[in-house]
Amino acid sequence: MKPADAPVDKSRRAFLAGSGFMVSFALFGSWRALAGETNTLGATILAPDLPGDLKIDPILDSWIKIDAQGVTVCSGKVELGTGVRTALWQIAADQLAMPLDKFKFVTADTALTPDEGYTAGSHSMADGGTAIYHAAIQVRQMLLEAAAAKLGVPTKSLMLRDGIILSGDGRQMTYEEAAQGVNLHQQAKSVSPQGDPSAYRYIGHSIPRVDIPAKVTGGTAYVQDLRLDGMLHARVVRPPNASAQLKEIDTRAIETMRGVVKVVRDGNFLAVLAEHEWEAIQAMRALRERAQWQLTQTYPTNDTIHAVLKTLPERLYVTTRENNGPVKQVLSNASAASISAPASPTRSLAMTKQYVLHGSIGPSCAVAVFRNDMLTVWTHSQGVFPLRAGIAELLGLPKENVRCIHAEGAGCYGHNGADDAACDAAVLAYRTPNRPVRVQWMRDQEAGWEPLGPAMLTEINAVTDAHGKLQSWHHALWSTPHNSRIVNAGRLIPATLLAHPAAPASPAPIPQPEGDADRNAVPLYRIPSVRVDMHFVTDMPFRTSAMRSLGAYINVTTIEGMMDDLAEQFGEDPVAYRLQHLDDPRARDVIQRAANRFGWNLATPLPEGHGIGFAFSQYKNLMGYCAIALEVKLDKAARSVRIVRVVAAVDCGQIVSPDGLTNQIEGGIVQSSSWTLYEQALVGENGVQSVDWSSYPIARFPHIPAAIEVELIDRPGAPFLGAAEIAQAPTAAALINAIKRVVGWRPLHLPVARQDSPIFA
Amino acid sequence: MINLNVNGQTQPLEVTPETPLLYALRDHLKLNGAKYGCGMGQCGACTVLVDGRPVFSCLFPVSSVGTREVRTLESLGTTERPGPLQQAFIDHQAVQCGYCIAGMIMRAQALLEQVARPTEQQIREHMAPNLCRCGTHKRILAAIRQVADKGQRLNAGALKERA
Ligand code: FES
Ligand code: FES
Repeated sequence: MKPADAPVDKSRRAFLAGSGFMVSFALFGSWRALAGETNTLGATILAPDLPGDLKIDPILDSWIKIDAQGVTVCSGKVELGTGVRTALWQIAADQLAMPLDKFKFVTADTALTPDEGYTAGSHSMADGGTAIYHAAIQVRQMLLEAAAAKLGVPTKSLMLRDGIILSGDGRQMTYEEAAQGVNLHQQAKSVSPQGDPSAYRYIGHSIPRVDIPAKVTGGTAYVQDLRLDGMLHARVVRPPNASAQLKEIDTRAIETMRGVVKVVRDGNFLAVLAEHEWEAIQAMRALRERAQWQLTQTYPTNDTIHAVLKTLPERLYVTTRENNGPVKQVLSNASAASISAPASPTRSLAMTKQYVLHGSIGPSCAVAVFRNDMLTVWTHSQGVFPLRAGIAELLGLPKENVRCIHAEGAGCYGHNGADDAACDAAVLAYRTPNRPVRVQWMRDQEAGWEPLGPAMLTEINAVTDAHGKLQSWHHALWSTPHNSRIVNAGRLIPATLLAHPAAPASPAPIPQPEGDADRNAVPLYRIPSVRVDMHFVTDMPFRTSAMRSLGAYINVTTIEGMMDDLAEQFGEDPVAYRLQHLDDPRARDVIQRAANRFGWNLATPLPEGHGIGFAFSQYKNLMGYCAIALEVKLDKAARSVRIVRVVAAVDCGQIVSPDGLTNQIEGGIVQSSSWTLYEQALVGENGVQSVDWSSYPIARFPHIPAAIEVELIDRPGAPFLGAAEIAQAPTAAALINAIKRVVGWRPLHLPVARQDSPIFA
Repeated sequence: MINLNVNGQTQPLEVTPETPLLYALRDHLKLNGAKYGCGMGQCGACTVLVDGRPVFSCLFPVSSVGTREVRTLESLGTTERPGPLQQAFIDHQAVQCGYCIAGMIMRAQALLEQVARPTEQQIREHMAPNLCRCGTHKRILAAIRQVADKGQRLNAGALKERA
């Protein structure tokens, strides 16, 4: 092990990626980071012994600033529509013992806030929330001690009320007064004073979200709503696919169109800037009509993609777990062919998933201005710091001369077009000094150019004893990367289109235990021998990146399908069969709570066409627990599947906002049912063919479950865990398990309920 | 130059006749209520009311508005004094990212101005043109029902009365 302060210039991920030899390291339940390493969200660990994201920024006044104007709490995490801003604010309020409206809360601005990497992977509460939880109470304690000294009384005699320090003799002091002379520019301690949960006014309470009033009344709420003085409207024209080359184009007729300020062409990068938005759109359309592209490559289709994935260049990552001990992951130099599945499995199950779109309702947008050598970008990126580094690299500017400020966009659900649109705005603003530039992608551009959620194949072979007890488990999967985040300029689409393009960094998976395509591929169930082969396909026919729950979505669907099938084979109830293989009391709890509330009983007669399904997972095997029980109704004549009723039981540790948590689970269930029933990005020889909501249909109101019930299990004192990604995988699994009970066979290819689906035959 | 009656005020706008109403509202009148989602009449993010009927403002040319009254989300209330439907969305926390919500509220407003007590199925069918990607549907339905269950049609002139 390296000493804590030794500089390390290679991340664990880079190390894994670059090595062609067998490398091996053990991963224990709680993976301990080393100083200098990069965490899975792209932030650098400085102080491994501190709680949460204090690890990556250990200095107290990075988080909490106090000046004459009052208290400001800073977070590098951003609101993505999950309510996390309010939840983090709640934590700060209770730990500072201040009312919510008595202090400012600033998020994700490279000039003001700590660098917490990406807001992703359900880490915001666990890492960001934990950092604020500790920083706030440590600062509060320092203020109390300072006030005690100033007032000449013991610290213990002081009370806190509404952000005022009260002494028994009637004197009082504001935090600002107490803070004078206190140095908050110091490292946080690894142990914090105990808070008093009984005094919490916010944590554990459903506080109305702070962002909602503006959103329901037409306030300025989104980056799309920014209107800066002198702002130009820009539109880009994208190639028909990523490999197309722009032949000559005559732009003179477009430059003279009404309102057009200029046309920018640089290699395959094409854009137009105009005074008004509609003028920019008309010019974009004219430009698109004139642009002639040379198509240089043909692409796999929806029918061929899964066969193609097995033939592309790959790296093989093998994860094993022996006797339910820690998981171990190695990058194997063995060729895929030399690894075989168990010779005589009790059961086998293979599934496929098509490419999917994040499909934000609002296509990506950004505003940028280049003024006095400073480039400022307003963006709905999930990671303003990595984005800044990418833009600075591309434009050859020092990082200090680029500032990225988060402003909300529509929900992104992972890596969508946000960063690329921000880069478009940056490139255009840099060439148009002193005029703010607003770039708004069109719907077809978002659909055609967002990174896709990867197509995947999974194959499980399980071996049991004669009574159905699991003995060994082999899970093989094929996928392109789930993490093409911005680690260099070349990961930004505009950078790849310029005449002097930047090359994307080579792909590297998020290692176990969090996992990438192999997220959740190791079952939580008790099995003496588990092996997961991740065929990490490095050659991406289509750019793919993170979409909520990553590989967990299909891995859990396959695992939970296998559990159901084995239960059936051995005449066991599927819920009981799962419990027989589970030791973790919190896992057992969510399963029992969901089953009880649902009234799980396979013997209960159901109407014709109805079926029930059950599934469970603990997200990443180390985050929130979620069990789902649901009933579906399949109508062959109407070619429809509807969820009649769904019950979720969840455990996300200590609950900060019960209603916020419920909202996330409800959303996850609806979103996953849409993915599972309907969604596949159409791909064909010329690239992505889904360009709108008719070529990429998603669930509409008539398709939404009739009843969604969410049961919350609170764990006071346990670490905060994220909620936005925990319901997707078990929902999909339960849905497929229920459909199997209706049709009598297991649908193996997602999505399952498109109009031509065999389940309606 | 085109005169548009928006939220009770008639304003002259320097726009060409084919300009979709969405851009007149957002770009020229600086109103945030109507959102750009698809520009193709497929998502409803841009929904506003023209003479009480929900329209996709992304497709609706300003020249087709004529003298009819356009109403946007801003006409229903303010953060300090939200209208009944806006308040119901706050009460139910019927928002995740919220990007679809402006259009949702306007489409629901149109129904609730016409029908005193719509059924669940009526509401779902009426709302079908509007997409929500976050999966907030259940809460959106609950918020609409909160107002619907009062059994009284919403007042189309709410803005003017409050003003
Ligand atoms: S933006 Fe008008 S319907 Fe989608
Ligand atoms: S709340 Fe995000 S799209 Fe509806």
